[in-house]
Amino acid sequence: MRTITDKEMELSIAGMLRFGVSLSAVLVFVGGVLYLRHPWLTAPTYGRFVAESEPLRGIAAVLRGALHLDAKSVIELGILLLIATPIVRVAFCIVGFARQKDRLYVLISTAVFAILIYSFIQGGR
Amino acid sequence: MSVLLFTTLIFETSLFAGLLGALTGLGGGVVIVPALVLLFKVDLRYAIGASLVTVIATSSGAAAAYVKEGLSNIRIGMFLEVATTLGALLGAYLTAKISSHFIAILFGAVLLYSAYASFRGRTRDKLITKETPLATSLQLSGTYPTPDGPERYHAQHVPLGFGIMFGAGTLSGLLGIGSGAVKVLAMDQAMGLPFKVSTTTSNFMIGVTAAASAGIYLARGYIDAGIAMPVMLGVLMGSMIGSKLALQR
Repeated sequence: MRTITDKEMELSIAGMLRFGVSLSAVLVFVGGVLYLRHPWLTAPTYGRFVAESEPLRGIAAVLRGALHLDAKSVIELGILLLIATPIVRVAFCIVGFARQKDRLYVLISTAVFAILIYSFIQGGR
Repeated sequence: MSVLLFTTLIFETSLFAGLLGALTGLGGGVVIVPALVLLFKVDLRYAIGASLVTVIATSSGAAAAYVKEGLSNIRIGMFLEVATTLGALLGAYLTAKISSHFIAILFGAVLLYSAYASFRGRTRDKLITKETPLATSLQLSGTYPTPDGPERYHAQHVPLGFGIMFGAGTLSGLLGIGSGAVKVLAMDQAMGLPFKVSTTTSNFMIGVTAAASAGIYLARGYIDAGIAMPVMLGVLMGSMIGSKLALQR
């Protein structure tokens, strides 16, 4: 494997970020169209916070719901994908630094990656 | 109010917030949260949940444009992300412990500071090129194009910058914003990095920082699909239009 420059690394990351954001925006948009299938229902009130009783929670549940074209699940899938995008970015950096044989920065990126995975597991449980 | 009307109004407001955020450099999050809370009487927790999602979208979307300029510093960004992500975890944890009232006051203070910082603009033209042992061992340096050809810069006051970044991460997790102004403060003011390097690297870091608190927001139910959907699409579209307009000026 040849080494790559920082610039090449950033360009591949930027392409990945754009792809992740675009795909997630499309999913959220499709979910939004499904969500507005019954446009004349009364909007829920967001004035008081209620911890979600029926949890999003669980990537498997979101995927199942999205396959059944459940509007909220499709939107949530888009949001999960969006949150995953910067995490994949950090993974790209680990690979990039490894190819540059920069062990210190492989370690630093791995630490950031571990923090992100910790948080994501909290949410995706 | 019907779902259609509510969603449309939120979408339009978000479009405007994204436009304003991109044109002023404040970012979309800091504009949309007060709009949702004050105009739509949305609970602060739903507002910061929707805003945080938006922050990831706009910063990741903008990163592509910044990379072409080649000014962001990937190592400085990654090193400081250790501080911002840890801070973001703390901030997201604190949202459940601190009253909405206090969060609102803190939000106002950060908004005022961001406005002050964005109108003050760049402050220093002279690059500090002194090398410090810590910055050297962490490779926190780079080159920056100047009228007299490329010049090397080295990060100063690394522990102070790292500390401010931890604070920026905490604010981001607590308020659901990118807190770009505080990140720029750490790099431009404390670490003496060139202004353009600070702003582009800050943008690159915002998405990763926000992702660190997003997991906890999801677990707590702050991110509601019905409200995050129009906010994310609106702000994303607004900031895309805004940055196009900003380039034409």
